[in-house]
Amino acid sequence: MATTEKMTLNMGPQHPSTHGVLRLVLELDGEVITKITPDIGYLHRGVEKLSEHRTYHQVLPLTDRLDYLAPMHNNLGYILTVEKLLDIQVPERAQTIRIIMAELTRLESHLVWLATHALDIGAMTVFLYAFREREVIMETYELISGARMTSNFFRAGGLSQDVPPEFEKKVRDFIAAMPANLDQYEGLLTTNPIWLKRTVGNGVISAEDAIDMGITGPALRGSGVDLDLRRDNPYSGYENYQFQIPVGEKCDTFDRYKVRLVEMREACKIINQALDRLKPGPVLADCPQVCYPPKENVYNSIEGLIHHFKIASEGYPVPEGEVYQGVENPKGELGFYIVSDGSSKPYRMRIRPPSFVNLQAIEKMAKGAMIADLVAVIGTLDVVLGEIDR
Amino acid sequence: MAENNRAVVKLKEKFASSIIEVVEFRGEVTVTIKKEDLLAVLAFLKQALQYNLLTDVTAIDYLGKKEERFMMVYLLYSIPNKDRLRIKTAVSEAECHIESATQVWATANWLEREVYDLFGITFDNHPDLRRILMTPDWEGYPLRKDYPLQGPDREPYKGRLS
Repeated sequence: MATTEKMTLNMGPQHPSTHGVLRLVLELDGEVITKITPDIGYLHRGVEKLSEHRTYHQVLPLTDRLDYLAPMHNNLGYILTVEKLLDIQVPERAQTIRIIMAELTRLESHLVWLATHALDIGAMTVFLYAFREREVIMETYELISGARMTSNFFRAGGLSQDVPPEFEKKVRDFIAAMPANLDQYEGLLTTNPIWLKRTVGNGVISAEDAIDMGITGPALRGSGVDLDLRRDNPYSGYENYQFQIPVGEKCDTFDRYKVRLVEMREACKIINQALDRLKPGPVLADCPQVCYPPKENVYNSIEGLIHHFKIASEGYPVPEGEVYQGVENPKGELGFYIVSDGSSKPYRMRIRPPSFVNLQAIEKMAKGAMIADLVAVIGTLDVVLGEIDR
Repeated sequence: MAENNRAVVKLKEKFASSIIEVVEFRGEVTVTIKKEDLLAVLAFLKQALQYNLLTDVTAIDYLGKKEERFMMVYLLYSIPNKDRLRIKTAVSEAECHIESATQVWATANWLEREVYDLFGITFDNHPDLRRILMTPDWEGYPLRKDYPLQGPDREPYKGRLS
């Protein structure tokens, strides 16, 4: 009589399908997973601790490096929290550009998700197409901020600088071509029998379980819960835009795939509406205590130079109090909770990372599945380890 | 105002003795409660007032600023009503433990592990209380205010010399 025993298999942290340095310790009965123990923290940089020792302005570059596939949205979440504490109003043009960049970021993040998710499951062609489009978004990033990923573009009170004149045409051309590109991806996947076999019925999590696990973002909407902070608790002027929020029904990987694809089409609509609203005007609030002076003043007048020096060296004091601001990141709800003691550095800054909370559900979603299905579940959760480990 | 907030009205009816403070700042309502009643309040908010999503659990270290050193923060969100509520409760350094909210929400599991890992607050009746971001053999709790920024046994960074 042959006996079988369970096997422990180590997956990661260096594994192409774990999207970074995620380590999973699997307990296997044959090829069926009976237990998953995630091991995270390989990328821990102590962002929350670091931010307690930096001025509010100096914290901003740390936020790019959380979810490095959605840097502008991280900047937006942080800046909105600081602006809430300072209680300052942002000019219309700055808000509109913020929304354009936030939605381009959503497209970028979803493109990378689609590319890697499909590649993990074995559909390589989509990867090449999606990265072709992502490159245009990276070029747009570079055009306005000078960097492809670590944008550091928003400022408390507005933007670091206005966008160059060619920005609008570049985005319009990109958005005009995007629906046809999305059709192309869908043509490769949506009715593809292999894709359906791998995704339909995979990684099911019910709406109740999803809420209990604190899942947010497309993963929650895929389970049929209609929650989107852009509509429910609007920020940065999202209340002025019309867009649909897709929700899934079957709570599986395929529905989450459909939700994200519809979200990409909706992001294009939001960007089009925002481009139509874009009017000339200032991009920084008239708030000299907080905002840097224009560069020509810094270079040409002693007052401007002193003003710049004062903010750069001392920072700006922020009223005492505590606020939380959540934004609908491509991965879920990204929140910043800042406790201020009235000085120019945060007393405590907490980052509520969507990927961290979503990853917790992995055991629920992949228990009883095969190893190959676990790869699909990691892909559908769309986690970024830079944000999980902070 | 904070007094008219739907949750504050109900909490004052039901848990009048355990509410220490109600604050509203920038439109956000924070209720500070006594530590013993934490689970009862959280369960009541979840079941009776539809605060069904636990967004976040974290802590603040008020070393030398407040009598009780730590403050636990629970951030709740109601999907049907689309509003937020923040519940806070103080934890002293001498009795550095608190009931685990995993009995109310499964999502508290990792969030509390992170608080344990970085602040050293232990959670009673937690199913799997281990370090999560730091290595298992790490000594000290990095987010405490008396933990040096550069890490233990290292000279503080003095800036570039050139």
